[in-house]
Amino acid sequence: MTPFKPVLLEAVGVPDGHTLASYRGRGGYAPLEATLAQKQPNDVVEMVKASGLRGRGGAGFSTGLKWTFLPKDHPGPIYLCVNADESEPGTFNNRILMEDDPHQVLEGTILSSFATRASTAYLYLRYEYPRSWHRLQAAIDECYAAGLLGRNILGSGFSLDIYLHRGAAAYICGEETGLIESLEGKRAWPRIKPPFPAIEGVFKKPTVVNNIETMACVAQIARRGVDWFKSIGVPADPNNPRDPGSYGPKLYCLSGHVEKPGCYEAPLGITLRQLVDQHGGGVWKGRRAKAAIPGGISMGLFTEAEFDTPLDFAGPGKVGCLGLGTAAVVVIDDQTSIVDFLHNSCRFFAHESCGQCTPCREGTSWSLRILERIRAGRGRLKDLDILLELGTTMGMMPGSTICGLADGAAWPIKNAINKFRGEFEDFIKRTNPAGWMVTDPVPALTIVGAH
Amino acid sequence: MIAQGRRVITEAMEAEIEALAPRYPNRRALVLPALHIVNRELLHVPLDAVVDIAAVLGLPPAEVQDTLSFYQFFPQEKPHGKVRAFVCRSISCALRGGDELLEKLCHAHGIHPYGTTPDGELTIEPAECLGACDFAPCILANDDLLMNMTPEVAVTELKKPRRRAT
Repeated sequence: MTPFKPVLLEAVGVPDGHTLASYRGRGGYAPLEATLAQKQPNDVVEMVKASGLRGRGGAGFSTGLKWTFLPKDHPGPIYLCVNADESEPGTFNNRILMEDDPHQVLEGTILSSFATRASTAYLYLRYEYPRSWHRLQAAIDECYAAGLLGRNILGSGFSLDIYLHRGAAAYICGEETGLIESLEGKRAWPRIKPPFPAIEGVFKKPTVVNNIETMACVAQIARRGVDWFKSIGVPADPNNPRDPGSYGPKLYCLSGHVEKPGCYEAPLGITLRQLVDQHGGGVWKGRRAKAAIPGGISMGLFTEAEFDTPLDFAGPGKVGCLGLGTAAVVVIDDQTSIVDFLHNSCRFFAHESCGQCTPCREGTSWSLRILERIRAGRGRLKDLDILLELGTTMGMMPGSTICGLADGAAWPIKNAINKFRGEFEDFIKRTNPAGWMVTDPVPALTIVGAH
Repeated sequence: MIAQGRRVITEAMEAEIEALAPRYPNRRALVLPALHIVNRELLHVPLDAVVDIAAVLGLPPAEVQDTLSFYQFFPQEKPHGKVRAFVCRSISCALRGGDELLEKLCHAHGIHPYGTTPDGELTIEPAECLGACDFAPCILANDDLLMNMTPEVAVTELKKPRRRAT
């Protein structure tokens, strides 16, 4: 097998790789020029559909299919929102793309806008990425100067403006309708769907929301072709008609207790163990792993025994995780307490729950209080059942919340307790020898530092 | 906290907000950009500024305040420090000492999390994932990402003056 050559990350380490000249030198913008000269928007939609590209933001929905949900012959305007509110703990692949190869992102954005007939694209960038902000703005300025953005691009009659819009440190803005509300200047409360954004999105107009890495993939599919893209990854399961396959290269973020944290590009379907051993230099300090997050904290946990699971769109679900998510792998070594892990997860979601739906607002807050109490040596075995009940009742899947981020709060709770119940029980019995068996209600500790 | 009824945003800030107006089909979408502009200049967004922004955008002040209060990002009572340091406490940083880093930094500078030093130079805030997990534990100090921090290095780094955040 020939060694896999990074494509999405080809500019990393290249001097001035973020500039227009460097990007053109790698073949960039030639596909855009050819597309604008020779093709119709629908050709690009068909190309992306044929590639099998699935959205890289977390949900893994077919990008081409999403575009076809836009109304036909709409008088406009249609908007494209590029989701760069990358906030899932452990995830930084979009940051690398925006800082090291902003033109790849922009070419994908221009192609996607052409395909969806959008004349305005908003790139919603999280506040915490000032370097991405500067790099993207400089790249956008270069594009306007080169006639790649603005009125009548390259004489094609197609016009597009791309504007950067900055968030304000709220995780919920990564949810597509939360992003839309935030862009409209409101609190970022996700909307009840339907109507889906393709019908009524930002400013009440048809809207597509796509992730940064998805945009980069569109640029590479335009440059290298559908066959190239489909030659990488995991084909659709012939025995499962609902499996669309996991095609293309993917950026995996590796962090936590590994020797070499970083963003690595690999074909979809690499196993977590291969990623850690071949790219991450193994578990740090010669230790053994206890667990790992497969795709951002909201996807749940792998035990060490599950490390051979492939990280494609279908893989993590086979071991009880929520999905591939953002493909951000965080390794946890054998000297780390799972109680501490879950406390960290619950603290994150208690802080970031937007407060709109009661099960999530109260569930995340109470799960943190319970974990605070367990860590303070006042836990009871009954608390594990209460936590599990919270974990199984909040979310879109049980049908109790508007958006899926509540499922993301629930999954670490469910996975941690179901897969590491013994460790929780040992901890509770050891730290609360007099009260671990109590089942009467107990007062919660004052919450510390969630907000 | 009450509005004093005096104008606090300058003509330059108003012009900067207006310059963004053609980007959006309505003026409410300018709320977040306007809050960022004011916070960058004043290091907080007092109620008077909320009233000013609302007047510029032609919105009820309550709508601006509603958006502002959601994000918990724009201080209102008093300015944050000239350096605003976000110390990541999410999982990748926590696994490599993020919580200890926050605690030791606050101790060394004699403030609580979210607090500002008496000289107004430094605010230390816990942050959720800064998206720099490859450099955990990390701190965002104004526009500078401080990578692979130890408490000792971070204490020194946060005493340095920095360019204002953009």
